[in-house]
Amino acid sequence: MKLLLSAISALAVAASAQAADQVKLGIIFGFTGPIESLTPAMAAAAELAAREVSDSGMLLGGATVETVRGDSTCVDSAAATSAAENLITVDNVNAIVGADCSGVTGAILQNVALPNGIVMISPSATSPGLSSVEDNGLFFRTAPTDARQGQLMSEIVMERGFSSVALTYTNNDYGKGFADSFESAFTAAGGTITASLAHDDDKGDYSAEIASLDAAGGDALVVVGYVDQGGQGIIRASLDSGSFDTFVLPDGMHGDSLTDAFGSNIDGSFGTLPGTDSLGASMLGEIAENAGIDGGSPFVSEAYDAAALLLLAMQAANSAASADIKNEIMNVANAPGEQIFPGELAKGLEILAAGGDVDYVGGSAVELIGPGESAGNYAIREIQNGEFVTVEYR
Amino acid sequence: MDFLHALIVFCNFVAVPALAYGSQLALGALGVTIVFGILRFSNFAHGDTMAFGTMVAILATWWLQSQGIGIHPLPTALLALPIAIAATAALLLATDRLVYRFFRSKRSPPVIFVAASIGVMMLFHGLVRLIIGPWNQRFSDGERFIVSAREFKTATGLNEGLAIKTSQAITAVVAVAIVAVLFWFLNRTKTGKSMRAYSDNPDLALLSGIKPERVVAICWVLTAALATVAGVLYGLDKSFKPFTYFQLLLPIFAAAIVGGLGNPVGAIAGGFLVAFSEISVTYAFKKVLGYVLPEYLAPDGLAQLLSTDYKLAVSFTILVITLLIRPTGLLGAPRQ
Repeated sequence: MKLLLSAISALAVAASAQAADQVKLGIIFGFTGPIESLTPAMAAAAELAAREVSDSGMLLGGATVETVRGDSTCVDSAAATSAAENLITVDNVNAIVGADCSGVTGAILQNVALPNGIVMISPSATSPGLSSVEDNGLFFRTAPTDARQGQLMSEIVMERGFSSVALTYTNNDYGKGFADSFESAFTAAGGTITASLAHDDDKGDYSAEIASLDAAGGDALVVVGYVDQGGQGIIRASLDSGSFDTFVLPDGMHGDSLTDAFGSNIDGSFGTLPGTDSLGASMLGEIAENAGIDGGSPFVSEAYDAAALLLLAMQAANSAASADIKNEIMNVANAPGEQIFPGELAKGLEILAAGGDVDYVGGSAVELIGPGESAGNYAIREIQNGEFVTVEYR
Repeated sequence: MDFLHALIVFCNFVAVPALAYGSQLALGALGVTIVFGILRFSNFAHGDTMAFGTMVAILATWWLQSQGIGIHPLPTALLALPIAIAATAALLLATDRLVYRFFRSKRSPPVIFVAASIGVMMLFHGLVRLIIGPWNQRFSDGERFIVSAREFKTATGLNEGLAIKTSQAITAVVAVAIVAVLFWFLNRTKTGKSMRAYSDNPDLALLSGIKPERVVAICWVLTAALATVAGVLYGLDKSFKPFTYFQLLLPIFAAAIVGGLGNPVGAIAGGFLVAFSEISVTYAFKKVLGYVLPEYLAPDGLAQLLSTDYKLAVSFTILVITLLIRPTGLLGAPRQ
């Protein structure tokens, strides 16, 4: 027993001694599960940022960065919690990039990150619920919440002169959350929602839903759904019965299958899709491609930015401890300071080491607002002649 | 003018869809009622028989399309119908041979047949999912509309549109044709008469020289034809998905039972009754009432009795009420 204890304390000493010249980042994504096709690129992007910093030799006077992967599974909170526990207690990571899906992210935050005081930045958890969760300032995200898109969409619908719309949403947390945020923003701006109706995704026929929405009336129909499931069925039933012909489309409805199915019949329909045309996006695409990562895969830039922000914050705090990092993340992410793009992390580290300020832009034009979440950048797209056309970015 | 508008809205969202849906249910209920009349059990596998027939029709449609064969402006699936009916008939005859004949020879009570048909239902359901997958399939091609809502508006100058889909018109025409042929067959041909005789009294029919196995085989072929046609029409009008067809079993049974199980005319009446109830109970009458009523009486709410989510509950309610009040159905003879 005594031997074991001394072995553990020796290990602990070794670990803390190591911390000075080596920084460890935990990367916890669902490498198995429903989004396993997206996570390899996301993790590779986070590792790319870590390698860039490590190779520069400028972090905390020459510390190297090591990354350790953990599997969040995206859906199994218990498995995600134990994976995160492992990263923190066994691998002694200084901070965590992750998790990916909103549910497991909340679980890891509550069960592991909060008790251990470890900072985490999620690149892809978009649930509005995470905005108000108790986090002791430890939780950030480089992805915007769904609520943000609802507000933006409300603004755009208003700008285009639709003051009365009907709304239908897919019957799950995403649909309901989005519909709520849109509805509150839209009515606050003086608009009228004639009807707000849930639809299920596994039906063969949506004519009854459309009949109700048509009876309620409205200038346009907001379809918060999925392009390959109920959302498309709703639009088909609406065109069939000749009720609505202008549709407002949030991110889940942007797909080529929509324009393939309806062509120019839905011209004039418009919507929002997360995305940016910033300089950073193309720069990130380039360095990702050189590293053999698909830069166009979802949340790749957000993952790169999450890792980069953590490392820049360490430099700014001049410490690898989460307790110090958490206070610096907002500072390095936002103005004032020199703008830092992907591939320029060394420059950022140098400025910070000299006591200057940086404004990290990164691949996703990061601007952290409120409780430490991205303000988000959206492409506003319109269907013209049967094709999605991006009209502007916000 | 307002009354006309109200009528058009009502036709567009209630009458026309309910006529098409009612025809589909009527054909399905006819299949159920024939099996009940001849073989004396409720065939729970009927919904999945429809799914199987439709699946074969879809596969045949794809093949025909790849060969460039079509009958524009009508959907190719109509050409594929004979193939699908033949395949479904073969499946049902094989099932009868392997499952039901055994119980017939043992003179098992109807409840055993019902239980066996539930097993068959699961088997068919799995088979369909295995072959074509659980996803939604759309296979209608050709002209989508006879009159689209937009054309109707420009042609008449009215504010409301009336859309009539090709699939809806085809459904009505095919249903009428099938029902006419079926009644002619049952009432006028020797085989039809022998089937009715067998249905009335199997032992007496046997004594009169009617071959029971032949009657049973013809009954399954008829069922296959009715199920496949009903399934293909439903799929053309809406879309094909194995699970939706499985769920269709409830309205179909409600239709067959409300009309009186074993009574073909009742099955048709029941089909339309269920379809009109399902659609009008879940329809929001706000717009219709807004046109008809004076302004101070027009409803603010949707004027909807039940949310569309409860569509299936309507058939279920009809089923329960019928069984409670008049178990033999509206047109069924009282039990001897």
